[in-house]
Amino acid sequence: MTNKYRKVAYYPGCALEGSGHAYHRSTKALGKALGLDLVEVKNWNCCGAMEAKNIDPKLQTYLSSRVMSIAAGEMGFDTVMAPCNGCYHNLKKAEYDLAHDPASVEVVEKLARKGGHEPYRSGSLETIHALDWIKEAIGEDGIRSRVKKSLAGIRIANYYGCLYTRPRHIFPEKDKGPGSESTAKPHFMDDILRAAGAEIVEFPLKTACCGGAHTLSDSDTSTKLVLNILEAAEMCGADIIATECPTCHSGLEMHQVRAEKNFGRKTAVKMLYFTQLLGIALGLPPRRLGVQENVSDARALLEAKGLA
Amino acid sequence: MRTLAELETAAVRVRDGEAAPVERSEALLALAEATLEHWLLAHDLMPTGAKREGFRLLALHRQGSRDDPSFNACRETCREIVYHHNVIAAERVSPEAPRQARLMAMLVLHLILFVGGKLQNAKLGEFCCSARPLHAETNC
Repeated sequence: MTNKYRKVAYYPGCALEGSGHAYHRSTKALGKALGLDLVEVKNWNCCGAMEAKNIDPKLQTYLSSRVMSIAAGEMGFDTVMAPCNGCYHNLKKAEYDLAHDPASVEVVEKLARKGGHEPYRSGSLETIHALDWIKEAIGEDGIRSRVKKSLAGIRIANYYGCLYTRPRHIFPEKDKGPGSESTAKPHFMDDILRAAGAEIVEFPLKTACCGGAHTLSDSDTSTKLVLNILEAAEMCGADIIATECPTCHSGLEMHQVRAEKNFGRKTAVKMLYFTQLLGIALGLPPRRLGVQENVSDARALLEAKGLA
Repeated sequence: MRTLAELETAAVRVRDGEAAPVERSEALLALAEATLEHWLLAHDLMPTGAKREGFRLLALHRQGSRDDPSFNACRETCREIVYHHNVIAAERVSPEAPRQARLMAMLVLHLILFVGGKLQNAKLGEFCCSARPLHAETNC
């Protein structure tokens, strides 16, 4: 355990106030239980997600940079933690663009002037994901020493989704050998949940596309992609798919329901956020972790395993 | 040349079939290659006959992702297909081989669905792994 990341700026992003509320709740409960300080970014805005980015990428860069400007400039933090893959990805991308693209710097300066705040300067802030936060601030040994209800007996497939590792060039800290995260075979969630006692199954679709971007334009393709992920996880022996992104999580949940309704293909695997699983291992009541808010209801499974 | 829908049906048939794992593995690798050939031909590129790390599939993927980083969203899927092919070839008599072959079929199915989806709507797919303007060409 290090002092690194023990107090960080927290950027929940829009999804964690809506469909991903259980992730928000469990992340905060986990931080509290582990003695880690999360200070929410004041007056934060949307990161630009896909809506702004698809129309004007530089507008997305500005929107993300405003969040970073507040965290670094107004609040004095050197680290911001974003649990959502979309937010995490967009902040990292904005950091990259502002370090490498003078045109992006120009747009950000212009819009920041209009917005009446200081523009974000690249290199002022480090953006991390919730997985980096737990892995660095607590570590596997720290988790092992705090486990009150081991996850032993639960078989978990970890699903990282696409944005956590792609494109590789915006994550310069990854692929740096032992101890660092891998873009080809990410393992931080595996390490954390294994330390909590879970059995991690080998899951070859851990970074595969879930069809999120096709959800509205071609729902059947998304459903087929998700169904394939769910069935592959079951074939690997998983009881649970652990997630670390609200968009991935709700996509898996919604298309699981849709696959049964539209294609008559029922899968039994449950989805839980890794923060919920880790919180359970630390002895927090599932209710405080928002388990009852998930569409994929894992309460009976947790009860059967003596974890609820 | 088989359509992507036919490739999908073929992958499902191999997934649910009873043939020997090695036989299924070879058929699946060919289906994966045929899928990437679709992508390349749709982008006016002649599919390479070269191999990368011993596999044409990886060479085809590299060719397909050139100038299109969003195609890297299926890079790991291709590498997992190759990995499973190697495992099945190395452990052909293992009791695990039939399960490995079924898992490989699911990977190939994923590749077919992903490429099929991207061929229908390439720009939307780009949200996942790169950032380019959706409406740049239409000035919406």
